[in-house]
Amino acid sequence: MKRKYLIAAAGMVAIAMAAAGTRAEMAKIMVENGEKIPQSLTGTPGNAENGRAVVIDRRKGNCLACHMIAEIKDQQFHGEVGPPLDDVGSRMGAGELRLRIVNPKIINPDTIMPAFYRTDGLHRVAKKWQGKTIVSAQEVEDMVAYMLTLKGSYSN
Amino acid sequence: MEKKIWGAVAMLGLGGLLVACQPGGPKLIDKADTTSDTRSGYSYAEPETQAMQDDDFNNPAMLWADIGGDQWTTVDGEAGKSCQSCHGEAAKSMKGVGAKFPIWDAKLKTPKAVEMQINECRTERMKAQPWKWESDQMLGMTMYVKMQSRGMPVNVDVSGPMKAWLERGKEFYNTRRGLLDMACSHCHVDNAGNMIRANRLSQGQANGFPTYRLKWQKPGSLHRRFKGCNDQVRAEPFKRGSEEYLALETYVMWRASGLPVETPAVRN
Ligand code: HEC
Ligand code: HEC
Repeated sequence: MKRKYLIAAAGMVAIAMAAAGTRAEMAKIMVENGEKIPQSLTGTPGNAENGRAVVIDRRKGNCLACHMIAEIKDQQFHGEVGPPLDDVGSRMGAGELRLRIVNPKIINPDTIMPAFYRTDGLHRVAKKWQGKTIVSAQEVEDMVAYMLTLKGSYSN
Repeated sequence: MEKKIWGAVAMLGLGGLLVACQPGGPKLIDKADTTSDTRSGYSYAEPETQAMQDDDFNNPAMLWADIGGDQWTTVDGEAGKSCQSCHGEAAKSMKGVGAKFPIWDAKLKTPKAVEMQINECRTERMKAQPWKWESDQMLGMTMYVKMQSRGMPVNVDVSGPMKAWLERGKEFYNTRRGLLDMACSHCHVDNAGNMIRANRLSQGQANGFPTYRLKWQKPGSLHRRFKGCNDQVRAEPFKRGSEEYLALETYVMWRASGLPVETPAVRN
């Protein structure tokens, strides 16, 4: 049986392209079976190239702080806190990746990995970040698109 | 280098004691207490950084330690006294201070950091103006006082009224906070030794403070480091000297039990 629950209901943020850190309305999020978010947060297809930039950006995804991604060899210093993401696009679909980025605590409540699209259930968020998400809904979609390009082992 | 990595035994001993007299408090992540190999941040540092710390002539923090040394003998305030008037030679009278602080302050009913002790002496006994927590004079004097215990094992007394503060600090340490939703323990217990981007995470031990940070280009207090780690996870920090940070200092210094006092340490 597929259970669907509504985590945050509000208007879809499509055109607004809510930049991270703005007090945008939260996109609608449906988690299926506690394992994936099948629907796009914005309805606008993700842009993998921008997703790669968001993954690198220290003020946004900053995924390299914890993950090694061999394809991003133009950047020094990839972290060791999380697993390498080199083949993640073959192991997971868009829905699983989207849930991982939106709120990995739904999968693993103890994880160190931040929830990149969440404003509730947090403690003592600095004033300037209150009510904001780390990245925008479209940036989540862009990162999902980029993650889907990470397939097979990277050489060269 | 091995001389700096001792103390697992003392740590375990203390831990055992603590567990023995612990009532059924709130359930928290308990990994910090079971760390069997307590390691100074020194052991994670690059060799060049270690060398800088090891040599007093190259340790950039010594500039501040000298400010402290000068102040020790300088008469200030209406009582016409210097630190030396009451305490004599620092090498003797201050030996051990850096290993046992924070101690219980019966008047304030909070733990007392070395910075607070210094201002207590200044205002009450010297009738001088207090120094700001992060001022060059305060950093210098704290460093000068703690330096007199270099090599001595950290040994904070967490019995009596300090026990509740230890617990409060431990709760702070294991509580997620900020937009990034991380606890101190996520980085310094679960991931000690791992690279987080360009930084190698250490156990976040406090045995070298005030520490000279190459990134800051000056020394900073332990509470400045707490604020920095709160800021990193986009959490609202607390004020230096706040009850929250005094509780945290109590817990963090207790975690360092057995590590040698390294003040002034050098870190990147
Ligand atoms: C502070 C550390 C940290 C940051 C930052 C971080 N992650 Fe993670 N990530 C982890 C850890 C640890 C895991 C391992 C699983 C767990 O803890 O639940 C993980 C797991 C994953 C997985 C699952 C991998 C697998 O093979 O199962 C994906 C996908 C992922 N992260 C993507 C990202 C993306 C994309 C970003 C940036 C937007 C990011 N992570 C940022 C720590 C982090
Ligand atoms: C996102 C990861 C992260 C979190 C969470 C974090 N820290 Fe840190 N901390 C660091 C990094 C990186 C450094 C510098 C490298 C090192 O020594 O680990 C550091 C250094 C320190 C140091 C200095 C260690 C030394 O040898 O000089 C102390 C003390 C410290 N942290 C305490 C804390 C406390 C207390 C908390 C919680 C309030 C905390 N940290 C939370 C990343 C973190």
